Amino acid sequence: MRDYVLKRFLLMFPTLFFITVISFFISRMAPGDPAELKAGVSQGGEMSTGKGSDLNEQIVQLIRKQWNLDKPIFYFTFMEDQDDMNPRSFFSRLTFRWNGAQNQYHIWTSNLLKLDFGNSFRDNQPVIEKLKDRVPVTLLLSTISVFLSYLIAIPIGIYSAVKSNSVFERISTFIVFMLYSLPSFWVGIMLIIFFGGGDFFDVFPYAGLHSNTFNSMTAFEQFKDVSWHIALPVMVMTYGSFAYLSRQMRTGMLEIIRQDYIRTARAKGLSERVVIYKHALRNSIIPILTILAGLLPYLIGGSVIIETIFSIPGMGSLGFEAITGRDYPIVMAVFTISAVLTLVGILLSDLMYSLVDPRITFEKSTR
Amino acid sequence: MKTDKGKTYFHIVQAQYRKNKLALAGFYMVFFLFFIALVADFLANDKPILCKYDGNYYSPVLKEYFVKIGVTKWQPFFLNVDWKELNFDSVIWAPVPFRPSNLDFGSRFKPPGVNRHILGTDQLGRDVLSGMIHGTRIALLVGFVSMSIAILIGVILGALAGYLGGIVDIIIQRMIEIMITIPTFFLIITVVAFYPQGGIWMIMVVIGVTGWTAIARYTRAEFLKTRNQDFVTAAIALGYSNIRTIFKHVLPNAVAPVMVSAAFGIASAILTESSLSFLGFGVSATTVSWGSILSVARGATYAWWLAVFPGLAIFISVTTYNLVGEGLRDALDPRLK
Repeated sequence: MRDYVLKRFLLMFPTLFFITVISFFISRMAPGDPAELKAGVSQGGEMSTGKGSDLNEQIVQLIRKQWNLDKPIFYFTFMEDQDDMNPRSFFSRLTFRWNGAQNQYHIWTSNLLKLDFGNSFRDNQPVIEKLKDRVPVTLLLSTISVFLSYLIAIPIGIYSAVKSNSVFERISTFIVFMLYSLPSFWVGIMLIIFFGGGDFFDVFPYAGLHSNTFNSMTAFEQFKDVSWHIALPVMVMTYGSFAYLSRQMRTGMLEIIRQDYIRTARAKGLSERVVIYKHALRNSIIPILTILAGLLPYLIGGSVIIETIFSIPGMGSLGFEAITGRDYPIVMAVFTISAVLTLVGILLSDLMYSLVDPRITFEKSTR
Repeated sequence: MKTDKGKTYFHIVQAQYRKNKLALAGFYMVFFLFFIALVADFLANDKPILCKYDGNYYSPVLKEYFVKIGVTKWQPFFLNVDWKELNFDSVIWAPVPFRPSNLDFGSRFKPPGVNRHILGTDQLGRDVLSGMIHGTRIALLVGFVSMSIAILIGVILGALAGYLGGIVDIIIQRMIEIMITIPTFFLIITVVAFYPQGGIWMIMVVIGVTGWTAIARYTRAEFLKTRNQDFVTAAIALGYSNIRTIFKHVLPNAVAPVMVSAAFGIASAILTESSLSFLGFGVSATTVSWGSILSVARGATYAWWLAVFPGLAIFISVTTYNLVGEGLRDALDPRLK
C-alpha cells in the first residue's frame, strides 16, 4: 500500500511538468508582446515606432528585464523568433540552441517550489495573496452546494432505485435527466432575469457577495445578508451536481440490489428496510463517496461561468479576469493549482475505494 | 417463439434501441436539427424564396448559393437592393423574413411579436428567431467537427496503445492522464482568448484536441480484449500488415463504444461552444450563435426573450445528443437485454 502511494505520488511530477509546460507555452506564445501590453504602448506597430517613442521603448525594455521577458522561454530553442524587418521562412528558422537554466520556465518553476507564484502582471501584487482572498469565497459556495446536493441526491437515488418502475421513479428519472442537460449558464441567467433585479420578481440580489452596508451589520445580519446573496449561485451550482450524483446513486443501487447477498438477506426474512438501508446502502454509497474526492478541484477551483455570471469574487472569476486581462502569472497559477488538485483528487478517490471496499487492493494489480 | 436466427448484430442493437422511446425521440430530433441547419437559408432569409419580377420568375435564395461559389452574378436590378422595397408581381417570402445579420435600429430590444419579429430582437435589432435558426448550423458544425477531430485522435492513439502495448501504451497512457488532469474548460477559454484570430475553427480544434481521452480509453480497452483472439492471430499469421489488422479487423469491434462517447461528446461540445460565446469568446461579433444571443441578456435583464429562447435551443440539442448517447449505451449493453 505504501509503495503504491509513493509510486503514484512520484508519477505526479512528470504529469505536472508537462501540464506546466503546455500552459506556459500557451501563455507565452500568444500573439502580442506582454511587455508592450503592460507599458500601455499601442500595438499599432508603425505608430509607436515613430519619433518620441524612445521613452516608450525604454519602458518596455525595463519591463522586459523586470519580468524576465528578455530571457529565453524554455531550456532550449528550436525556432528562431520571426523578425518583422526581414521575414524568414519556417524551415530556415528551425535551429537547436541550448539556453541553460537562465530561462523563464526554469525561474518560474524554481519560484513555484518555494510556493511563490510570482506577482500579478496587472497590479504587481503577489499572486499568492490574491489566491488567499479568493479561495475562501469559492470554498464557502462550493462546500454548501456539494453538501446540499449530497443531501438531496442520496435519498432520491435510493428511492428511485428501490421503487423502480413506479410512477415516482419515472418522473424523478426524467426530471433528473433534464436537470443534467440544463446548461448552468442558462439557468443562472434565467434566475437573474426572473428572480434577481429583472422586471419580474426582484427577490434576490443578482451580483456580489454582500451588500454595501455589510461592515455596519451585526453578525446575524451579516449571516443573513450573505445567505441572501449566495442563494442563487448556490442553487445553480447545486442542481447540476445533484442530478449527476443521484444518477450515480441510482445506478449503484440498482446494481447492488440485484446481487446474491441481497437476495440472501431477503430470503432469511429481514425487513425490506434493513435490507436496503443496512445491506445495500453501504455498498452502493461507495462510488458516491469516492466522487467526493474527485470534486476537490471543483471545491477550490470553483466554476468560471457561475462565478462570472453572479460576479462572485472567487477562484473561477479570478481565472477568468486573468485570461481577459492577459495576466499570465495568475493564469499559470490557476492551471497549476487545478492540475495538482485533480491529481490529488484522483489519488484520494482511488485510495478511498480500497479503504471502504476491502475487495479492492493495490498489492497485486498492476494498473 | 422467434429466434435470433438471421439477425445481425446491428438488427439486435436497433431493436433494443427502439424499445427506449425517449432515445428514439432523440434520434428523430437529430434529423430535425440537421434539417433546420440544412435549410436555414430557406427558413430565415431577407430574400424571397420565389418571386415574379417584371414578368420573370426568380429564386434569389437559390441564386445566392451560385453567386457565392462564383458561378453567376446578381442581375443588375437585384444588386444591392432592399428586397422589401422591390415591387414584385407576386412573391413567396421565407417564413422568417430576416437574416441574422439584418440590423434594424428602429426595433432594438423589442419583445416577441413586435414588428414581425416572432421571438423579438436583440440590441442591434437583429431577429432572434432568425439568429436561432442559423445558430443551429454553428452548433452542429462545432459538435461534429470537434468530435471528428477527437475521434480521429482518440481512435488512433487508443488503437496503437491497445494493439502495440509496451512502451507505446505507457506513453499514450501518460498522455491521457495529462489530458484528464488539465482543467479543460479553463484551457479552452485560455486558448480561444489568447488566439482570437482563430475564430470558430480554433474552438473546434481546441475542443477536439482536448476531448479525445474517453474515446482513446474505450478503443484501447476494446483492442486489449480482442488482441489475443483467434481472428487477430489469424490475420497476423496471414501476413497482414499491422495497419490492415488494426483498421480492418480489430477496429470495427470498437465502433460501438466510440459511438456512445461521440454522442455524449457532441452534446458537451455544443455546450462548451455556447458557454464560450456566452462569455464573449469564440464566434466573431458579426456571427450570431445561440450563446452570443444569450450573452446579450446578461447586460439587459429585462429582455427575457434573449435568454429563454436560445437557451431552450441549447438545452434541446444537448438533451438530444445525451438521449442518443444514453440510448446507444443501453442498447449496446448485453446485460440489459
